Amino acid sequence: MPSFSHFFETLVSNKGLFIDAMLLTLKLTAVSILFGIIIGLFFALLKISRSKILSFISDAYVYLVRGTPLIVQIFILYFGISGIFLIPDFWAAALALAFHNGAYIAEIFRGTIQSIDKGQMEAGRSLGMSKGLAMRRIILPQAFRRALPPLGNQFIIGLKDSSLAAFISMNELFNVATTLGSNNFDEMTYLLIVAVYYLVLVALLTIIVRLFENRLAVSDR
Amino acid sequence: MTTREMIKIENLNKSFGDLHVLKNINLEVFESDVVCLIGASGSGKSTLLRCLNFLEKKDNGNIIIEGEEITRSTHDINEIRQKVGMVFQHFNLFPHMTVLENIIEAPVHVKKVSKQEAIEEAKVLLSKVGLGDKADVYPSKLSGGQKQRVAIARALAMKPDIMLFDEPTSALDPELVGEVLATMKELAEDGMTMVVVTHEMGFAREVADWIIYMNDGMIIEKGHPEEFFENPKEERTREFLSTTQLK
Ligand SMILES: Nc1ncnc2c1ncn2[C@@H]1O[C@H](COP(=O)(O)OP(=O)(O)OP(=O)(O)O)[C@@H](O)[C@H]1O
Ligand SMILES: [Mg+2]
Repeated sequence: MPSFSHFFETLVSNKGLFIDAMLLTLKLTAVSILFGIIIGLFFALLKISRSKILSFISDAYVYLVRGTPLIVQIFILYFGISGIFLIPDFWAAALALAFHNGAYIAEIFRGTIQSIDKGQMEAGRSLGMSKGLAMRRIILPQAFRRALPPLGNQFIIGLKDSSLAAFISMNELFNVATTLGSNNFDEMTYLLIVAVYYLVLVALLTIIVRLFENRLAVSDR
Repeated sequence: MTTREMIKIENLNKSFGDLHVLKNINLEVFESDVVCLIGASGSGKSTLLRCLNFLEKKDNGNIIIEGEEITRSTHDINEIRQKVGMVFQHFNLFPHMTVLENIIEAPVHVKKVSKQEAIEEAKVLLSKVGLGDKADVYPSKLSGGQKQRVAIARALAMKPDIMLFDEPTSALDPELVGEVLATMKELAEDGMTMVVVTHEMGFAREVADWIIYMNDGMIIEKGHPEEFFENPKEERTREFLSTTQLK
């Protein structure tokens, strides 16, 4: 184990490199979560639609994502996408992660949408709302609020999973840590540093999600 | 006296799987009538009401609203529902919206009334149901009786011609029943056409123009409250009435 003073000196002297890497990690995470939410909502709505085919498509997507390792998905999508389109590495990585997060987020939304009392939809319909309008105005806002705690959890998982983008040469946190570590023959110090970065990011994310929850919980108080 | 026929049901049947819940129902409701539906649990009262609002699909029979036979292929059900308000046993207020937002939601987003106008009308409705001071409160802060009065105001905000009530007081603590019934009574006095499923015999007797007794998916007896309660014609009605304490 490195001494604390060595650890601390290395932490400080490399902070520029790590902060750049952290920004890339954050960008990857933010984009993959944002697109993951859109993909997830889309597949959740397919799943609960009355069409058997659409519901099956959603099941198949979730099964594919849950049934294969993330690193395999990243490689397949990375080589797949960059084989067809010329697309920056960042976007290949972000979309692969989004595709992955989307399946878990779809399951979260499906669960919370179905957990909303069916009297809510009926009340909306009885006022003359179309199914789509009632979904948008009545069901989804409530389902989204209920989804926040599990979504927060998924954000944290997504943040940590973004480290796998190192394997398609994204200079995000994990990649920078392992590269610097091996260049300096000092892997452990850099791994501990990167662990601290992740811990801080997760703590910040947790606080942000908590703040969001409190804001949206205003009607329950 | 007006005699406009608001609702007419002809030979309505409805089954859930093998369970035949509504058996050849025939019913007419005229303008400003208050019709109370009574009957034992499971007799099909809610199902009948829900068919009237197309929340359940009938198997066969005709539903005629304000003279027009309504089917899903000939009419936009969403437009029909604007004419037929519904109040539920469990209120079904939108918990993520304030009382005022609950009330203006459908006028603004369905009828496309301006927000300004909807708010003004909502405030009038709220004071009418005695909750003028609760506009900005969330439903979770209200008592059951207050919630139900908001639900009534919310339905009225669409300016329906007909109001359906499915056991509006059954989920309330006894001391809160009176305030909701009083609101409904006022509505009846204003001339609203109402179909009310209820176990409140006192209310039925006092406010209803017609009482309908349902049993096992059939309408057994229909009568004005006086004769219905004093002189029920059918044996089954008598049996049912003897099981409910009359006050
Ligand atoms: N969605 C449904 N699926 C299957 N059966 C149903 C459904 N809704 C109602 N039923 C059945 O239909 C019958 C009539 O139900 P309904 O709710 O209309 O009775 P009710 O007269 O309103 O009773 P209560 O006084 O308990 O509210 C019952 O046997 C009920 O179990
Ligand atoms: Mg019922």
